[in-house]
Amino acid sequence: MLPTLRTVANGLRRSLGLRSLQTTSTLQSDNLFVHRDTPEDNPDIPFQFTTENKKRADAILAIYPEGHKRAAMLPLLDLAQRQHGWLPISAMHHVADILGLPKMRVYEVATFYTMFMRKPTGKYHVQVCTTTPCWLRGSDEIWNTIRENLKLENGETSKDMMFTLSEVECLGACVNAPMVQINDDYYEDLTVEDTVEILCDLKEGRKPKPGPRNGRFAAEPIGEPTSLKGEPPAAGFGVRPDL
Amino acid sequence: MANRIFSKITLSKNGYPTISLTLRSLSAGPPPGTPPPQTKIKFGPLADEDRIFTNLYGKHDWRLKGAIKRGDWYKTKEILLKGADWIINEVKTSGLRGRGGAGFPSGMKWSFMNKPSDGRPKYLVVNADEGEPGTCKDREIMRHDPHKLVEGCLIAGKAMGAKAAYIYIRGEFYNEASNMQVAIAEAYQAGLLGKNACNSGFDFDVFMHRGAGAYICGEETALIESIEGKQGKPRLKPPFPADVGVFGCPTTVTNVETVAVAPTILRRGGAWFASFGRTRNSGTKLFNISGHVNRPCTVEEEMSIPLKELIEIHAGGIVGGWDNLLAIIPGGSSTPLIPKKVCEDVLMDFDGLVAAQTSLGTAAVIVMNKQTDIVKAIARLLMFYKHESCGQCTPCREGVHWMNKIIYRFVDGNAKIEEIDMLWEISKQVEGHSICALADGAAWPIQGLIRHFRPELECRMRKFAEVQQRASC
Repeated sequence: MLPTLRTVANGLRRSLGLRSLQTTSTLQSDNLFVHRDTPEDNPDIPFQFTTENKKRADAILAIYPEGHKRAAMLPLLDLAQRQHGWLPISAMHHVADILGLPKMRVYEVATFYTMFMRKPTGKYHVQVCTTTPCWLRGSDEIWNTIRENLKLENGETSKDMMFTLSEVECLGACVNAPMVQINDDYYEDLTVEDTVEILCDLKEGRKPKPGPRNGRFAAEPIGEPTSLKGEPPAAGFGVRPDL
Repeated sequence: MANRIFSKITLSKNGYPTISLTLRSLSAGPPPGTPPPQTKIKFGPLADEDRIFTNLYGKHDWRLKGAIKRGDWYKTKEILLKGADWIINEVKTSGLRGRGGAGFPSGMKWSFMNKPSDGRPKYLVVNADEGEPGTCKDREIMRHDPHKLVEGCLIAGKAMGAKAAYIYIRGEFYNEASNMQVAIAEAYQAGLLGKNACNSGFDFDVFMHRGAGAYICGEETALIESIEGKQGKPRLKPPFPADVGVFGCPTTVTNVETVAVAPTILRRGGAWFASFGRTRNSGTKLFNISGHVNRPCTVEEEMSIPLKELIEIHAGGIVGGWDNLLAIIPGGSSTPLIPKKVCEDVLMDFDGLVAAQTSLGTAAVIVMNKQTDIVKAIARLLMFYKHESCGQCTPCREGVHWMNKIIYRFVDGNAKIEEIDMLWEISKQVEGHSICALADGAAWPIQGLIRHFRPELECRMRKFAEVQQRASC
């Protein structure tokens, strides 16, 4: 109702030659902020950490000082997401119970950070970086290739729950641009052929080798090295005498 | 420089000048951290034996055994036993400035923490939330030289009298976080961390904390909020983190590179580090060269190296040759771009780039050649800032959104020429009117674009208007 009214009002103003200054939409995030109960995501679905993950949760809680256990929020939510594949509301409630916090405190964190997936997510989460350094080296081509190959748009998940596609901001591998992140691994220095090959491997159940695809090992310049040519100096090299 | 020599020229009785020398010892000399006079004129390329990150490219073993072989954890106990004041003085002498973007003198920052305890524990927080577009230096440190960072935490922790260090790494760096965790576990097992670390009588812990994908958490107070398990929204300062930081305790937040270079500086001496680069900009630095270069790479180089030399030597030159260069963003996305004529002779250091109306930032060089749609490149950066604004301060939340909308119209030229000035004005209104520097980071690329590429913007608008007019005829 409200958006319709706003559209009508904006249309009227435009026809009268008036321009409004404030036109920011209320939607700031890529994802929906509010929770809507669905069959796969509602508070009645039970969620418990597995025995193994309980141990992990205890280890996480141990590194924060007494009285500040709330600090474990991000790691625990991440643990819950890894166990379930994505982050349902019942997992948030479970984390709130562990930390002894109102549920709201967990909701606000889970909605703020982009790595928490509050919708069912595919087995492979394909995240394509399209920020300027990657864009300069052809991330648009990679993005379009993946979109066409998977037949998905930004934020969509395939019906067989295999792939989720996201366009993301800088992933911090700019000298290895263009790159995509699939689950925890970076695939770098991509060409269109590499991208298709990676997706093919995933579809057929193979794990493609992460890292740069153009033959280099990491962030060194490809070809002849320009620095760090020999063996590194041994311990004690150049150490001041008074130490 | 142990002694400073002052010469006085006087005339002797018989008319010949005589030179009398006065020697002043260090105790009477300037305090540590006073920059030495500038004598060096040629900077870079750096010799391999002067590189700190000897395993930057991961060719060697990154685990404890390999790290010890390359000289990490060498005489760490002796460094710790020299005491906090010695460490801080040595860092001041080295002239090390924070590598995270702002370039605050590290010795001074660490000394803020070195005061008598009021009963609260102190914490060191290492900012490994590397998210600035163009920047990927800390990732190489953490996955290939993690022990440098672990040792750096221990030494910086000693200098501050801290109880523990939290390394806040961005959530996407899962494999890097895992390498760091392995390195920390190895250090504990070898008795290098924990109770009586390195047999020095100093107790120190290092913990990893993974973020969850928010660029804003790279801002120090937002990072503190995020560690505490809240939304990453920056805090108003004061109180500064050195008074009230993580868990309400005094905290120092420093960049990965700053901490990781500290052990080598202390082992080889502050004066050694200060011998590189121009005075007040001393040291070596990791540069990331991305974009339209033939061989994009991360490389450690001497500060104050000319930009052109840096690109020609290490990145194999610009795609299409140097003359095909359009503009360069010299220090990560938030720094204003510089056009080719400035790139010719600018020096890559804090002062050199400030003189060129830009900034060294994180030393992430993004190169754009003449085939680039420069307006689109900057517009894409604005999209980034719009996405990453935490929404706390109105000028940033709304202003960046406006700028993003306007600049995307500029990409097509769908605007009036007066709107360039309007955009400039908005960017000036956004800049400096928010709690943290994210809004400034969004405004500067726009200002750089308008400063250097105004004719290009106007040309696009004229062309668009012509096409529109022809269509309506």
